[in-house]
Amino acid sequence: MSTAIAPRGFAPRPRVRGLARRRGTSIVMVTLTCIAAALAVVPLIVILAYLLKQGAGSLDLHFFTRMPKPPGETGGGMANAIVGTLILIGIASVVGLPVGVGAGLYLAEQRGSRLANAVRFLADVLNGLPSIVMGIFAWQFLVRPFGHFSALAGGAALGAMMIPLVTRTTEEMVRTVPQSLREAALALGYPRWRTSLQIVLRTAAGGIVTGVLVAVARIAGETAPLLFTAIGNNFWSTNVTQPISALPLQIFSYATGPYDDWHAQAWAGALVLIAMVLVISVLARFVTRARHGGGHD
Amino acid sequence: MVSPPPSRPFPTRDAEPVALPVTPRPRVSIEGAVIADRIYRVAILGFALCVPILLLLIFVEVGVAGWPALRQFGVHFLTSSTWDPVNGEFGAAPAILGTLLTSLIALVIATPLALGGAVFLSEFSPVWLRRPVSFLIDLLAAVPSVVYGLWGVFYLIPALRSTVIPFLRDTLHLGATPFFSGPAYGPSVLAAGLILAIMVLPYIAAVSREVLMAVPRSQREAALALGATRWETITGAVVPYARTGILGGVILGLGRALGETMAVTMLIGNRHELSASLLAPGYTMASLIANEFSEATSDLHLSALMAVGFVLFVLTLLVNAIARWLVWRVGGAEARA
Repeated sequence: MSTAIAPRGFAPRPRVRGLARRRGTSIVMVTLTCIAAALAVVPLIVILAYLLKQGAGSLDLHFFTRMPKPPGETGGGMANAIVGTLILIGIASVVGLPVGVGAGLYLAEQRGSRLANAVRFLADVLNGLPSIVMGIFAWQFLVRPFGHFSALAGGAALGAMMIPLVTRTTEEMVRTVPQSLREAALALGYPRWRTSLQIVLRTAAGGIVTGVLVAVARIAGETAPLLFTAIGNNFWSTNVTQPISALPLQIFSYATGPYDDWHAQAWAGALVLIAMVLVISVLARFVTRARHGGGHD
Repeated sequence: MVSPPPSRPFPTRDAEPVALPVTPRPRVSIEGAVIADRIYRVAILGFALCVPILLLLIFVEVGVAGWPALRQFGVHFLTSSTWDPVNGEFGAAPAILGTLLTSLIALVIATPLALGGAVFLSEFSPVWLRRPVSFLIDLLAAVPSVVYGLWGVFYLIPALRSTVIPFLRDTLHLGATPFFSGPAYGPSVLAAGLILAIMVLPYIAAVSREVLMAVPRSQREAALALGATRWETITGAVVPYARTGILGGVILGLGRALGETMAVTMLIGNRHELSASLLAPGYTMASLIANEFSEATSDLHLSALMAVGFVLFVLTLLVNAIARWLVWRVGGAEARA
């Protein structure tokens, strides 16, 4: 019975009754994994559908061009918050991109060295840092000493959150550049720095752009790092040393507020924010697919 | 012969001994290139060092700011459940336990779904279905936390109140157990745990899918050749091979759940009491900071919140380090690349 490997004809015969049950179990379990996959997709669809239903009704041109109205008055928009988010993304990119790309180049060129392994590990750990911790750190480091909230502090906190993502994508993409290309440049007498920046980095640019887009999509929706740094602003402000509004902040304060009109505005804001994030994510996906034949998930 | 790029000197050392009429220019450029290379190396090293420095800076800044509270309350800060800004007494036990509880709920719900989905996508799914479904699950990770919170407040909580809680209590008769007893106002530990489950699902699913796809074909073929059914192949040959990596993915999800802030703040009800009932409001460390930080009444209150942040930081640091170690160990050089 138990010697299934014995060469006496085919052994499974004695277990035929068991086999039917085993096959049944297999079919049931395979179906269950299929259901699990379907269930995993359901939340996204439900959330997006509800968001569209709620947000589309309160979204109009005024939302993009008007300022928030005082509590109790209807109408108004989030023009300042949209511009604020763009400014914050700009500051974050100025802070996060050079560091991320530079660190990624280092990791790719010094692969195998103990320091590179440590930095790679810590970048992954930094990637999992709770955004609220980044928020209180930025407050302690960039707000408290200066005595006032500012867009700069908020942008820097977001930029710090970009660093690990950009670092790891840059490293991955630089590694896909063939060694022969690097050698060809060096053989032509290019200095190493020129080879790295003008040949290798330029070749990997498409993939790095994808990584940057993913990072931007992630920080665009971050609220917690901004709560105590950019803090929000009900007025038009493009001064980076002053508090500034941002879409996620505005959504948060409207969603937790008491007025129906605020809730409607929050939905419209969420729709705009998620449209931004999804467009960037999908864009990033297609940039990658075009370059790597879709092999990169 | 390949000619050097136009309008550029020819800076290789090999060029030196050749008796060309014009030698000084290349020599200067060699030295220039050596210096420039050195600058370049130092620069990228500097950028790379930003990562550890940033982590160290966070550790020190948040730790120093939280030190007065940690020193004053000692172990009681972690074990006491009195949080009284008026009388200056701070114990973060309800927030710490609330963080662990919501994360546990999230993992219990998300892990089977994520793992089942990953198994389906890597083993059974038709090829044309694999990419779009993976993409949709991955997109869950792109939805901002505050949008989850908004959806939770206006959709999930009403749905819990009108459908899920009556079902749990009346149909399954779980109202008698302490976990589902007591009044259900709306914001609750259960709501926060559910939203966290949705939020960590894509992380667990993505890592599981990757490690499952990395299992060698021969592993499956061997099991099938021995007469295993498709499911037995998964449980007997594929999942054991990928076990460490999957565990890493789950712990990575745990790290996300522990530190998630906005959605939880909006759904958990923010109350300094720990109740056995999942339908009661509670607190997590992240939501405690988000909720009270800008209204901190005293320096000690502020320090206590910083100390909570420090505890959260150390906890997620450990969890993430373990997760990465597990994922790396199983993936070897490939997963590191």
